[in-house]
Parts: sequence; C-alpha cells; structure tokens
Amino acid sequence: MTTTPQAVRRASPRSRRPADAPVATAAAPVADPSAGLLPATEPVRLLDPSGTPLPARDDYPEPPVAELRELYRRMVVGRRFDIQATALTKQGKLAVYPSSRGQEACQVGAVLALREGDWVFPTYRESMALTARGIDPVEVLTLLRGDWHCGYDPAAMRTAPQCTPLATQCVHAAGLAYGEAYQGRDTVALAFIGDGATSEGDFHEGLNFAAVFKAPVVFFVQNNKYAISVPLSRQTAAPSLAYKGVGYGVPSEQVDGNDPVAVLAVLTRAVQHARSGRGPFLIEAHTYRMEAHTNADDATRYRDGAEVDAWRDRDPVARLETYLRERGELDDAAVAAIAEQAEAYAADLRERMHDKPAVDPMSLFDHVYAEPTPQLVEQREQVRAELAADSDQEGAR
Amino acid sequence: MATTTMAKALNAALADAMADDERVLVFGEDVGQLGGVFRITDGLQARFGDKRCFDTPLAESGIVGFAVGLAMTGLRPVVEMQFDAFGYPAFEQIASHVAKLRNRTRGALSVPIVIRVPYAGGIGGVEHHCDSSEAYYAHTPGLKVVTPATVDDAYSLLREAIEDPDPVVFMEPKKLYFSSAEAELPARTAPFGKAVVRRAGTDATLVAYGPAVPVALEAAEAAREEGWDLEVVDVRSIVPFDDATVTASVRRTGRCVVIQEAQGFAGVGAEIAARVQERCFHALHAPVLRVSGLDIPYPAPMLEHTHLPSVDRVLDTVARLQWDDQPDSRWVAA
Repeated sequence: MTTTPQAVRRASPRSRRPADAPVATAAAPVADPSAGLLPATEPVRLLDPSGTPLPARDDYPEPPVAELRELYRRMVVGRRFDIQATALTKQGKLAVYPSSRGQEACQVGAVLALREGDWVFPTYRESMALTARGIDPVEVLTLLRGDWHCGYDPAAMRTAPQCTPLATQCVHAAGLAYGEAYQGRDTVALAFIGDGATSEGDFHEGLNFAAVFKAPVVFFVQNNKYAISVPLSRQTAAPSLAYKGVGYGVPSEQVDGNDPVAVLAVLTRAVQHARSGRGPFLIEAHTYRMEAHTNADDATRYRDGAEVDAWRDRDPVARLETYLRERGELDDAAVAAIAEQAEAYAADLRERMHDKPAVDPMSLFDHVYAEPTPQLVEQREQVRAELAADSDQEGAR
Repeated sequence: MATTTMAKALNAALADAMADDERVLVFGEDVGQLGGVFRITDGLQARFGDKRCFDTPLAESGIVGFAVGLAMTGLRPVVEMQFDAFGYPAFEQIASHVAKLRNRTRGALSVPIVIRVPYAGGIGGVEHHCDSSEAYYAHTPGLKVVTPATVDDAYSLLREAIEDPDPVVFMEPKKLYFSSAEAELPARTAPFGKAVVRRAGTDATLVAYGPAVPVALEAAEAAREEGWDLEVVDVRSIVPFDDATVTASVRRTGRCVVIQEAQGFAGVGAEIAARVQERCFHALHAPVLRVSGLDIPYPAPMLEHTHLPSVDRVLDTVARLQWDDQPDSRWVAA
C-alpha cells in the first residue's frame, strides 16, 4: 500500500522504545504494523458547512464537476422521494417508513461512486440510495407497503434485499465480493450499515472475513448518532467507529457525511482501493437522522430540538447547492428544473401508490423451495379450497 | 464390495462432488490441512487446492453469511459447523437469510448452500459437543434437513444435498461416523423426501432417524424373543418428510413408536407422532408413543447412557402398545 498522509501523522513507535534498546537506522526503519490502518483523527471535509470550499487535498481530489451536478440532482430528487414516502405513511399507503432525510449526501454519494455492475448491500434505511441507484421507487417501497418482501429483482439490480436483521449483510458482502474476485470479475461490494449495528457480531465478522480473504468490500457506516433512541455513547467507547478497522487490518477513514463533495471523494477512493485488489475499506460518515427512526417513532423523547436545529445548519443539499452556484455550475433555472423533476418523480410515485396492490394468497406457496414439498402442496390445496368456499359464499349473497 | 465407514463415504461424496462441479467450495474451521476434526474433509485441500477447500476465521455466523454471498455469485458452498452446538452463532444467518432469500425475492435469488452439522451424542463428548439440533432447522421453512443412518445413504444424500437447488442442513450422526458396512461407492440410494423401510415387520412400526436407527434395528431384533415382529422405517429426510411411506407402514402394522435421540418436547418425533395420528387414526390399535432423550440439557459423558434411547427403553415402550387393550398404567391417575 502506498504511504498515506495518515501514516505520516502518527507518532513513531520508536518514541516508546527503552533507552538501551538498539536504535533503528534510517536505512532500516522499524515498521509500524498499523501503518496506513488508523484513520485520521478528523473527518475528511472539502466544503465547510456553509458550502465554502476548504483548501484542496492531494489525497482526496475533488470529483469532476459533472459528477457533482449529478450528485446534487439525485440528492434533490432523493429528498423529495423521502418526503413523499413519509407522506404515504400518513395516507395509509405504507405501513411504516424509516426516513433518511439529512443523510442525502451519504445515500446518493455512495451509490454514485459505484459502477453499474457493483453490488450494494443496503439496510432498511437505504430506500433513497436504492432509488438513486435507479431502482423503481414502487419496487423499493414494496417491502413497506406490505404486498411482498423484496419488490425488486436483486440479481438484475445488483442490489441485495434491504436488510432488516442488523449487520448480517456485512458478511454477505464479504462473501459476494470474494466470490466475484474468485471468478475473475472486478466487482466491488458496498455494505451500508448504521452506527448501532456496528455493535453486532456480524459487523466484526464481516470486516474480519473481508480482510482475511482480501475481498473488495467498502463498509460504509452512516453514523447518524442514534440507534432508534440509543445514542452513540451507548454503542462504543472507541474514539470513532472508523477506528474499528485497525483491529481487523482494514484501513479506514472518517468523513463529514453532510459534505457531499467529501463523501463522493472518499467513497470514490475507497471503491478504487477495493477494486485494485487491496482488500476492504471502512468509512465512517458523520451525519444526522433529521427525522425520527420511523414515522411511528417519537424522537422528542430522546433528543432535544436544539440538537436537531444545529444539524439543520449543516444541510447537505443546501451546502452543495451553494457551492455549485458559487462555481457558476448551477443557476436559478437549473435549480428550478431539478426541483420540477423531483416534483414529477414524487407525483408519479403518489399516483402509482394510490391503488391498493393486488395480492394472491396462492403465491404464498411459491418460492419457499424450488419445488414445493408434499406438505406445502397439501396446504396449498387447503387454502385453495378455503378461498373457493369464500368466493362461493360471496356469490350466494 | 468393500467395507467402508460413514466418515469415508462422506469424504468420498465431497471429493466426487468437487471433481464433478468446479463451483463446489468446501470451507469451515480446520477443514483444510487438518482435514476436519472428524477427518470428513481429509485430503480435499491437497487434491483440489486451498482455493476450493479452505479454513476460515473461527466464526460460524461469518462462515454461513460468507456462504450466502458466495452462493449469490453462482458458487456452491459446502460449510462445516464443526459441532452441533457450535452452529448456534450462525442461527440468525440460517433462519433469517439462508432459509428465506428465495422467498423474500420471489425466486430471484437462491442460495443452494449445504451446512454440514456433526450432531448428537453417544461418543463421550463433553458439553456443547453432543446436541441434537435438528428440530431448530426442521422448524424453519425454506431449509431441507436430511440425516443418514447408513454408509451408502451418507454418500448419496450428501451428493444430492450439494446438487439440490435449495439450502440443505446435513445432519451427520457423530456416533455413526466410524460405523462400517459393505458399500459400493459411488452409491445412489433413495432421493430426498423418501423414507426407507430398513426391516419389514407386521406387529408395529418403529420410526427413527439418524443415530436412533441402529437402536431401532437392534430393538427389533431383540423383540423377536418377546414374540413381536417389528418394522423399522428410517426417515432419512426430515424435510421434506415422507408421510406416504410412514403412513403406509403404520396402516399395515396398526402400531407405531417414534424414536429420536433428541430431547422429546416439541421435537421432530412429536411432529411425526402427530402426523401419524392424524393420518392413521382408524388403523391404530394404540396411541403413537415416543422414545426420546430426556428433556434435560445434554448430560455429562458418564451420565449420557441414561439419557440416550436404549433398546430396553424401546422394548418397554413397545410393551405399552395396548397388546391386551388395557389402559396404559403410566397414564392412569393414582
């Protein structure tokens, strides 16, 4: 691995060497076994919260402006999608919706850093990321509408079903990435995970397996500060979640998760790292969940309004918009046109979610096994008879 | 025909599957250079290389989750859970992902993984090495659960498990690993979903699987002295279950005892007894009875013989099958 700035910043282990120990010569320096593994103490940031650019960095070059414009466009559409999905819960069209408002830079930046052929392993909070990846929003919301579990074709969309059991997708990502590399393909797997789920065993097993097998995985932690109601201080005593990489030999980085330019830059480099055969990479993005855990949660029971307001001032969409306007890459007309696209997207979703979807009880027996067992065939016939009896009764009325 | 052991038959099944299908990967704890603590994977790494048979970090959830990802790329993972109770950390992966992925995705994804579980006791093992964990898996829709009791079944069922489009939990009775029999390998026996009559009889049916099958056969031999001619049915395939073969046998004999080594409450034997009762009520001359392990945590080695179903316990139970049409004294209120 090439020397990174982080490696230079750390104190040399020689400083802890006993006085009488032989001093290493300049020609044969003592290797620091953690070289390149410890994250920088500060998150990478390329724009300040107002959208003003910070000094350029050699290690994280700014992404091309066309990508930043596309990032902005998808973030605006993503936010509108998120607001629409929450509205659909109020109209009874969705059973529940976990919002990712405030996390637009992470949701969109992560998928924008990937190629079409790469794989995404999302959690239930990644609906916005999946729509940004081009998956039909109705198919994304099938899980929450309740007519089936996964509404899209994971193989076709190179996106695993949204994962509700916490952190279990981390080992799937490791296995898939290894399996792709084993078969000579340069696919990268990106596993989304939240701060709370980093306490789960499978987060550690995923990092460990990916590292041992040098699997091209990017583990992307969105630290939005709360696991439902439990704050980060109850999840870990580590200096930051990114530090969890060093124990597994996985290099890591922290990033300001509300700085879209930095998120895309850090993700892009992490994906390159993985694709180049150097194994997994861990990213901790510092962000904030502006809404409650879901529409069914009451966030006022565990956090105060001042905290939420402080994060409002770090809004990722406004931050990128300010920056692109300052650079002359965005004007009122372009902003209005994108807003119009977002409205059209939401209107189409609203329209298509209006009617209750048709469900077929007979489909319950499909896809349990490749072929139903004799017991399932019996139960299917029982249900068929029950349904026939029901419809006969209805007909008689 | 040559004499071989169940362990060698399982090893041959893995080797033949790997030779026939390059998508098959075998991995787990100590399965590589060591060849597994029971030597079931002996020689596979030397023959097929360390990319096809390899050791993993010591983490069962990771092993199964890794297999899920590999299977999503079209590979055919065969993983070993070193011992029954060591498989529990993987239970979330098995119950929430392995078993459900096909269904959750309407068939778009399938994960044809084989999870090999050396299970059950009778080997003097210390705690956490002797559990009968088959009911946990059998209770989970989406999994197939099979368990051999004979040498050629061990070979054939494992080959079929690796070829099967669905995930299979392959339960290997540890105490039968070094049982031997004449076997011509490669053998192909009855497919998944078929129970097999191991011994024909007319007076009662003993239904057993895995480590309980030899107990049932021995009991059937001993019963001749008591004047009973017992039929023995080897379930082999717990899921899918062969109601037809079991039902046909019980209808012929009119009496049934289900034998399992696992603790009895809410176990596979309870399910079988209920199914027989539902399907054979008018053919039954006696309630379906069960012989199982006691409802206790698996005991220490010096006490396990009291826990395990024995020939005597089976014969005592057969004796209670209403031969003289009197109330079972065991259930008569004092």
